[in-house]
Amino acid sequence: MNSKKQTVRISNGQGFWGDSILGPVRLLREGPIDYLTLDYLAEVTMSIMQKLKTRNPQAGYATDFIKLLERILPEAQEKGVRIIASAGGVNAQACLEAAGAVVKKLGLSGVKIATVTGDDILHRIDELEQAGEKFENMDTGANWATVRHKISSANVYLGAAGIVEALDRGADVVICGRVTDPALVLGPMIHEFGWSFADYDKLAAGTVAGHIVECGAQCTGANYTNWRKIENFAMIGYPIIEMQADGNFYITKHPDTGGEVSIESVTSQLMYEMGDPQNYITPDVVVDFTTVQLQQAEKDRVRVFGIHGKKATDFLKVSASFSNGFKAVGQLTIAGPEALAKAQLCAEIIWQRLAYENVHFAEKQKIAEYPGAAVCHAGIAEIPANSNEIVLRIGVKDADKAKVERFAMEIVPLVTSGPPGVTGFAGGRPKAQEIVSYWPALIDKRHVRQVVFVEEF
Amino acid sequence: MKIKLGEIAYARSGDKGDGSNVGIAAYTDAGYEFLKNLLTPDRIKTHFSSICFGEVERYEMPNIRALNFILHDSLGGGGSESLKTDAQGKTHGLGLLYMEVDVDDVEKMRYQN
Repeated sequence: MNSKKQTVRISNGQGFWGDSILGPVRLLREGPIDYLTLDYLAEVTMSIMQKLKTRNPQAGYATDFIKLLERILPEAQEKGVRIIASAGGVNAQACLEAAGAVVKKLGLSGVKIATVTGDDILHRIDELEQAGEKFENMDTGANWATVRHKISSANVYLGAAGIVEALDRGADVVICGRVTDPALVLGPMIHEFGWSFADYDKLAAGTVAGHIVECGAQCTGANYTNWRKIENFAMIGYPIIEMQADGNFYITKHPDTGGEVSIESVTSQLMYEMGDPQNYITPDVVVDFTTVQLQQAEKDRVRVFGIHGKKATDFLKVSASFSNGFKAVGQLTIAGPEALAKAQLCAEIIWQRLAYENVHFAEKQKIAEYPGAAVCHAGIAEIPANSNEIVLRIGVKDADKAKVERFAMEIVPLVTSGPPGVTGFAGGRPKAQEIVSYWPALIDKRHVRQVVFVEEF
Repeated sequence: MKIKLGEIAYARSGDKGDGSNVGIAAYTDAGYEFLKNLLTPDRIKTHFSSICFGEVERYEMPNIRALNFILHDSLGGGGSESLKTDAQGKTHGLGLLYMEVDVDDVEKMRYQN
């Protein structure tokens, strides 16, 4: 367990499912790292995966991870870099088997692959209710009975312990179901340094490190307000944590990569998706983000220290999802003189034609936006007086799929039956998409156990 | 003199359920003192009156010269329920930096380097 390293280099090469695969490829190629973490799970992902698994028992995990693994595993093995990915979705076992097939296909051997599960409680709901769990909505206080019958996935956010066990048992690749983003980096820290789960300051430090790197390049200059200052976005360096045994760490990136690691780039990400900064709750620790100190140690290297944490709560967060109706959004581009007025007229025409068909949507169930005319900053930014082109982005949602589909038919006709200059109906008629809503709840920690499985290929 | 907050501060925003979180950090200590006094929840709510339809919560992070605001009911339902272009509030931070304010000595608050 204690390999007595002074410093361990943990990188994050994937901020979300869909991030550039150049992140992990270049992190391995362009300098030394010990661990490569990859985050694949957004809120919406679990429900999609649960559906895929219903149709195909071998599906339900992040298939992009397998393609990436085929590309990077030889180099990772050669350099001794261990990979930790939240790619397991609701079928970590199938993901492990697919990863094992990659090992064989590449002609490698002796690769240990682990799964960390126990997060999926969809099949345990009856049992947990009998054990006293209420699943009351933790944001609104709403009653579980209102959604229970339509729940399509339910996963618990788990902490770092399962990842630590997998690494202790020698895993080269760790495939996790739902774990918190910071757990992906906290796991290897605890494994390397043997930190106690009661050493809250160190757990807090690892959690802050994880928060900083969890969105990949967002802490190395991407999405920074002062963007003119940032060089070489194309080859931006993905972040590396250099953690020390005492819990102090540096955020850096490989030399000669784009972007920057500065007080501002790190501060920007510290603020991201923050709630109450003094009580940042994770399964392992409650972190006080107002204790974080930053110092520019040298160019592209920020020292992070002074972090305090306290004992975790007795609860874990559950994220359940349920089907909540349908939506469709389509767009047209309107060009030429008085573009905005014509776009507004187009929207009005669509609502009137639907009314003729007795199809109505409540105010909160529909939208007409005009990108190009200060949509994102409505009421704040100025609307340009004479834009030559304006986009009409129009959409509805409803429990009745047929109503949503009827709406979708009335957008493209504006090209030949409305004011002049209507074009850009790329994609044609929009599809009615299912809306997946979330149900956040708390569950007693004692009711959930992480399960670790290791297999050598 | 009149300036926009973007001259003395930087920002980042994202989603928190059906609300957004907007973090704003000052480039200098003087800038942070200024923001701390200026940016009350009411002022934020007024600035985002066409975007935020719920309460505004404020938190201070003096260690990184930052303020964090939660803008409840600002995403049209949030997540996959939202029909809005910016369903995750990714651009709300830049929206805050458009705020026009009066300052005495802007040089003490600008990015120093």
